[in-house]
Amino acid sequence: MATPVLRWCCPGRRWVFAGIGGVSRHGRGVPTGSTSSGKRGQSSVAQQPLITAQKPRKGEREWAAVVGLEIHAQIASNSKLFSGSQVDFAAPPNSLVSFFDASLPGTLPVLNRRCVEAAVMTGLALDCHINRRSLFDRKHYFYADLPAGYQITQQRLPIAVNGSLVYSVCVGKRRSQMVTKTAGVKQIQLEQDSGKSLHDSLRSQTLIDLNRAEGQLRVDANISVHNPGEPLGVRTEVKNLNSARFLAKAIDYEIQRQINELENGGKILNETRSFDYKLGCTVPMRDKEGKQDYRFMPEPNLPPLLLYDSESLPTGTDPQQVINIDQLREQLPELPRVTREKLVQQYGMLPEHSFALLNEVGLLEFFQNVIKETRAEPKKVTSWVLNTFLGFLKQQNLAVSESPVTPSALAELDLLDRKAISSSAAKQVFQELWRSKGKTPAQIVAEKKLELMQDAEALEQLCRSTLEAHPQVVTDVKKGNPRAINKLIGLVRRATLGRADPTVIKEVLERQLSL
Amino acid sequence: MLGRTLQEVSEALKQGLVTPTELCQRCLSLIKKTKILNAYITVSEEVALKQAEESEKRYKKGHSLGDLDGIPVAVKDNFSTAGIETTCASNMLKGYVPPYNATVVQKLLDQGALLMGKTNLDEFAMGSGSTDGIFGPVKNPWSYSKQYREKRKQKSHGESEDSHWLITGGSSGGSAAAVSAFTCFAALGSDTGGSTRNPAAHCGVVGLKPSYGLVSRHGLIPLVNSMDVPGILTRCVDDAAIVLGILAGHDPKDSTTIQDPVKPFTLPSLTDMSKLCIGIPKEYLTPELSSEVQSLWSKAANLFESEGAKVIEVSLPHTSYSIVCYHVLCTSEVASNMARFDGLEYGHRCDTDVSTEAMYAATRREGFNDVVRGRILSGNFFLLKENYENYFVKAQKVRRLIAHDFVNVFNSGVDVLLTPTTLSEAVPHTEFIREDNRTRSAQDDLFTQAVNMAGLPAVSVPMALSSQGLPIGLQFIGRAFCDQQLLTVAKWFEKQVQFPVIQLQELMDDCSSIFENEKLASVSLK
Repeated sequence: MATPVLRWCCPGRRWVFAGIGGVSRHGRGVPTGSTSSGKRGQSSVAQQPLITAQKPRKGEREWAAVVGLEIHAQIASNSKLFSGSQVDFAAPPNSLVSFFDASLPGTLPVLNRRCVEAAVMTGLALDCHINRRSLFDRKHYFYADLPAGYQITQQRLPIAVNGSLVYSVCVGKRRSQMVTKTAGVKQIQLEQDSGKSLHDSLRSQTLIDLNRAEGQLRVDANISVHNPGEPLGVRTEVKNLNSARFLAKAIDYEIQRQINELENGGKILNETRSFDYKLGCTVPMRDKEGKQDYRFMPEPNLPPLLLYDSESLPTGTDPQQVINIDQLREQLPELPRVTREKLVQQYGMLPEHSFALLNEVGLLEFFQNVIKETRAEPKKVTSWVLNTFLGFLKQQNLAVSESPVTPSALAELDLLDRKAISSSAAKQVFQELWRSKGKTPAQIVAEKKLELMQDAEALEQLCRSTLEAHPQVVTDVKKGNPRAINKLIGLVRRATLGRADPTVIKEVLERQLSL
Repeated sequence: MLGRTLQEVSEALKQGLVTPTELCQRCLSLIKKTKILNAYITVSEEVALKQAEESEKRYKKGHSLGDLDGIPVAVKDNFSTAGIETTCASNMLKGYVPPYNATVVQKLLDQGALLMGKTNLDEFAMGSGSTDGIFGPVKNPWSYSKQYREKRKQKSHGESEDSHWLITGGSSGGSAAAVSAFTCFAALGSDTGGSTRNPAAHCGVVGLKPSYGLVSRHGLIPLVNSMDVPGILTRCVDDAAIVLGILAGHDPKDSTTIQDPVKPFTLPSLTDMSKLCIGIPKEYLTPELSSEVQSLWSKAANLFESEGAKVIEVSLPHTSYSIVCYHVLCTSEVASNMARFDGLEYGHRCDTDVSTEAMYAATRREGFNDVVRGRILSGNFFLLKENYENYFVKAQKVRRLIAHDFVNVFNSGVDVLLTPTTLSEAVPHTEFIREDNRTRSAQDDLFTQAVNMAGLPAVSVPMALSSQGLPIGLQFIGRAFCDQQLLTVAKWFEKQVQFPVIQLQELMDDCSSIFENEKLASVSLK
């Protein structure tokens, strides 16, 4: 336990997408989204509830859903939030547990500097107000994997508040249209994570791992539905969603469940539910895991967390003892939004392509490396990287870093594609590159004899003999059958073993047929 | 030899007049002789002898670690000691052996001190008598003193002597008794509302509560984190200063300790009294205060005035709210701090295994006494969402006011406040248990508790014996982090009043040789 966790709370009054498709497919009509854009569900900083159901059928009421997310994200730090114990996801159970982590009596929390820095940087990246003074609280509940009987968090005065995240979603029938949304961020708080319970129902035992090394991201979703213009409905909380896909499914299900319940004259209970990912539905959690009075109180063992900026920094302080927000701001890498804007501007890229490039770790860098080494058009490179390259990665379930094809190989291939080989041959070379690591595209082209036929006279000859051998097709062409010429092109290509450019073949054929 | 102060015996060790092993064995023997006091829960004989052996080697090589090398000390049983059972006098932690040392314990050991054992207390330090622990009450060594016995003989005849033994006060009664009965030269207590100063006053020893944040709490099993401070019990003020000098300072494991470096210090002798301003808080003159304590208090004030100090009456108007405010804040933190005792990781676990919840409930019912359970219940009540604002937040505001009272007084030019430590001298156990723990704590903490609310340093110094032959101590309260100034004043006072040494021969008549001074003619007894 005690792994550092950043908790973002997106406030209730908005519908937050996790940047994934298929979020609002819930039953009664695909929601048409906010009134302003007429698009599907969305979020914005505006206070309007953001999902409205599709135009109601006769006699049906219109529904709006409101969703708020509590996102638990593990901080990439070497040691835990309040102890010197290491964080390592692969470590054996309970091997990284300090006396504090085990809540031995008399141990005290010591705040990890790296975690504070991560929280501040997250706050800056999400456009938050960074509180110069924040406090820690204890949140009490009894649970086997919570050895202290309380969790240290920042309930009352968190490290960052009032931020926003701009994101885009694909809309339209073919999902080809990007719409930009803004989700508000209510607060970011540093929170100690609890341990992990493993229930062994066979032996009726619960095993506890205090390493706390499960799941780097966990989301709780608060969901309610109401009729537009009326007060918000009673909300339910769906806890412990650990993937964007299940989050979307759980929200979809819960919205539909609430609508059905209300339309059938039922009531929504303010309760905690869990998502059964096998059945694809939410179910109420047992009472003791659900609503309870957490009896918050200030954590007396941690003084207020004070942050400074270059102006307020007291003179003569040990830089190791203070955190300078301005310094962290300088260290902040370029934010994805800015990078995407640059890509669109610099390469004339479609916005959705800029998203695709940034959504995969390492893909942007790969793309930029290819661009560096080729004179090919950025659009073509984008297409190669996003369609062919990414497609192969996904198919094989590989990360960009695990790709057998290097950026230079792809750049070289791109060059060949422009001059020496046909596009279908290029695809073939790519497949070969994927299979035989180490070979260059040029080697493959040479080995497989894929280079385009440069000999114009030979091609003329081939075309002529093809026409002679297929008089019936020639007649069809002359009769005006538009497909007939394609058949001839195919025949010539086969004769060239695919080494001739179809457009060139077409030109020659048309000339010879005097079309 | 054992009747001497830490400073004196340290000098004797350095001069080779006594060896650490000799000293250790004498103390161990005395611990056995005074077993009736019930001062120790655990006597760490083997550990102490081993440490003495190491110390002796160092002395032989001339590599002594300092003033504490070879000095027998005792530690209240709510400080974690690696490899030595730490019980908090509770069933909940019976058999619990911590894997680490509290920072203060480690610092003592690093200086070569010999750990004689773990001393008795009220369960989880909740109490003011050292009567409410699972190992039974601590008896005040003064119950067996010549001074007290002679007075008793004059008054009452025919009553059984032993049924009238006196309480030590608490909750650090074991530590106070251990120092008072010469079984060690210094002891650690803890002080949340007066738990070090109260038994010090009753047992005729010096009890120092340092400024909050000056001494690490890491390893001290908490009562109220925002008020707990490790306390120091010694036979004289100089000894307290020596120990404080070793314990004080930043601890990376306790984020509430001050960052500024603290160096060991020796107390100067106060010469120019005219620069000193002593404040007498008028609110401390309560109807419950015994006339004898009151008269000693005025006598002390007069003493300062007659020696040239300025003595003025001051007001701490919010003092009267201290008890009720403390009740809310203390029980709330107790409710929180005690949540970890669930029977899972360590400590007591019941036999019930119907469900985790049933196991928690039974474990906690069996593990905690009524006092602890009562405070947990109250605290959880105050922390409920619907009560939090009305109780906890209000109590915090009152706490701020109480702390401000002190700030105002010190800002007006007062250097040190002089107050009683307790309402009266120690009472017999039979009388003490007529009231319940809560009532007793509320009464007994009257003069000491506000200091913890404000985080100030305070020290109880024994002044004189009552008409019954029992010690009465007075309390000095200093500015935050002006512990040294506070002790300097206390030292001056100590020198003036010449508090008598406890005469325990009767209790230990069969080991009188311990008190004989064979080799030490040159070192005089204070």
